[in-house]
Amino acid sequence: MSIQDQGRFGYRRLGVPQSGVLQPKFAKIANVLVGNHEDTALLEFFLTGPTFSLKEGTLRLAVAGDCLLEMTRNGKRRMFRAWRSITMQTGDTLQIGQVQSGKAGYIAVTDGFTMTSVMDSHSTYLRGGFGGLGGKLLISGSNLPIANQTATLERNMYLPSPPPAEIPGSSRESIACFPPATIRVIKGPQDDYFTKQTLNDFLQGVYTISKESDRMGSRLEGPLLTHRSDKSPEIVSDGIVPGAIQIPGNGAPIVMLADGPTVGGYPKIATVISIDLPKLAVMTPGSRLCFDAVTVDEAENLLRADRADLAALLATIVPLPDIAEPF
Amino acid sequence: MQVRFLNMGDSALTMEIGDHINRNMASSVAAIDHRLGQELKSKRLVGVIEAVPTYRSLTVIFDPLILPRATLKRRLLALFNEDSDVADCATRCWRLPVCYDEQFGPDIAAVASAKVLTTAEVISLHADRTYMVYMIGFLPGFPYMGDLDHALYMPRRSAPRVRVPVGSVAITGQQTAIYPWESPGGWQLLGRCPLPLFDASRSEPALLAQGDQVKFEPISARSFQLLEVAAQDGSLDLSAFRLKETFA
Repeated sequence: MSIQDQGRFGYRRLGVPQSGVLQPKFAKIANVLVGNHEDTALLEFFLTGPTFSLKEGTLRLAVAGDCLLEMTRNGKRRMFRAWRSITMQTGDTLQIGQVQSGKAGYIAVTDGFTMTSVMDSHSTYLRGGFGGLGGKLLISGSNLPIANQTATLERNMYLPSPPPAEIPGSSRESIACFPPATIRVIKGPQDDYFTKQTLNDFLQGVYTISKESDRMGSRLEGPLLTHRSDKSPEIVSDGIVPGAIQIPGNGAPIVMLADGPTVGGYPKIATVISIDLPKLAVMTPGSRLCFDAVTVDEAENLLRADRADLAALLATIVPLPDIAEPF
Repeated sequence: MQVRFLNMGDSALTMEIGDHINRNMASSVAAIDHRLGQELKSKRLVGVIEAVPTYRSLTVIFDPLILPRATLKRRLLALFNEDSDVADCATRCWRLPVCYDEQFGPDIAAVASAKVLTTAEVISLHADRTYMVYMIGFLPGFPYMGDLDHALYMPRRSAPRVRVPVGSVAITGQQTAIYPWESPGGWQLLGRCPLPLFDASRSEPALLAQGDQVKFEPISARSFQLLEVAAQDGSLDLSAFRLKETFA
């Protein structure tokens, strides 16, 4: 679990990646649920959420992600779903359960955290050891520097229609019952390093997310892709962005993610379109996917529609009826 | 020089000036990057998030719903054809310590064997040369430097290492670099440098900058340890490794 915001921009020229949340939409939902600006820093967790207790005061927080929550107050336990805010009181304990679709969940607190930003962002860049809470993951016993909450939302809020589960969680059963997810790509920038046949193998193959995947990149297992015999399997390093799919000499694709390098020397066969990257980024090891090529124009139209859909979704967030309060 | 525009997804565009390493080309990229920076500063161009200059290309990350791709291409071409000079900066020169012992350079024996050289010859070919920092990238503060002696040209490893130790001094093709962090990597490892190349808490986080000149000084494992300890306890003065005179 780490502190992330929507990313660190403007420092790629020093080799500093953008970092930031892998699933921006969920993070924005969590922030709006507690009355924050959409881009406020929050907690990103993978697979199983944390359990934490409030030593004193009151705390408004929200959870976005496909998981259940259990709160304990004065010895009484109540279960409820995520996609809502909740107000903790002194002595309350909140347990956040296993993510059932993908691996990422988000916890936003009203007004965010108080640590200072590094290069204009609160995002944790683990390999660089900076951002967030001293550049480190949060571990059991970590104290969170929470802002003095001043926001004025009177009621807890909820999202009536959460995003549908499109990808499996981490269990074998869950992985078995989902068909391969379709991830749309734009060919290039170095698709000319591959033959037509290899491009077909790439677009028609089924790939599996490897265990060696992290916030830097998702390594894929599946059809190996060979470079054209008249081209080198290497290029003079040039710029790379999250979503670029590098093919190293061993032929196994690596999809670059938020903490990925800023430049690289392997040809990039294709690049995942912006709106499909979060889905791929949060897929669990063993989950399957296939690629589909679209044009730049199609991708831009999809991006436009996606932004409108997100704005519409955030506008559906409303106060929670009293009857839904656990205590 | 023939310019090509390459799409990298829907929100990034690479303007490719060439496909090889060449000092003139790197200077040309720097000039376009500099002019683009001025366009953004004066808000004559909006919708660009950031630009990444490399040896041979400029990658521009932008919002296609604010700045149409066709407009961006047109503006970049105009900047490329502009005939203005970029002010020369005073060149900084560094002599960086490197321990080439096999414990730090696990590929040095393989490189020597592939090139029919002794390990000592590999070390002297690598260290006795002045390199230019072509760009910073891949990881924070990672300096891409060139050009190696032709006798040391090696391909990348076919399977990248999952973990390359921090400080590793590596080569591939005509390039050499120092890994500022532990990270995955595919280059051949010759040794290790004990100086911290990047520190987010410094006012200038990256030790090296584009255009700097660098030479390596072979040191013993014992010197490496002393320098490493000094770096860790904060008593190391990094400016001591910067030379007052320029390399001949």
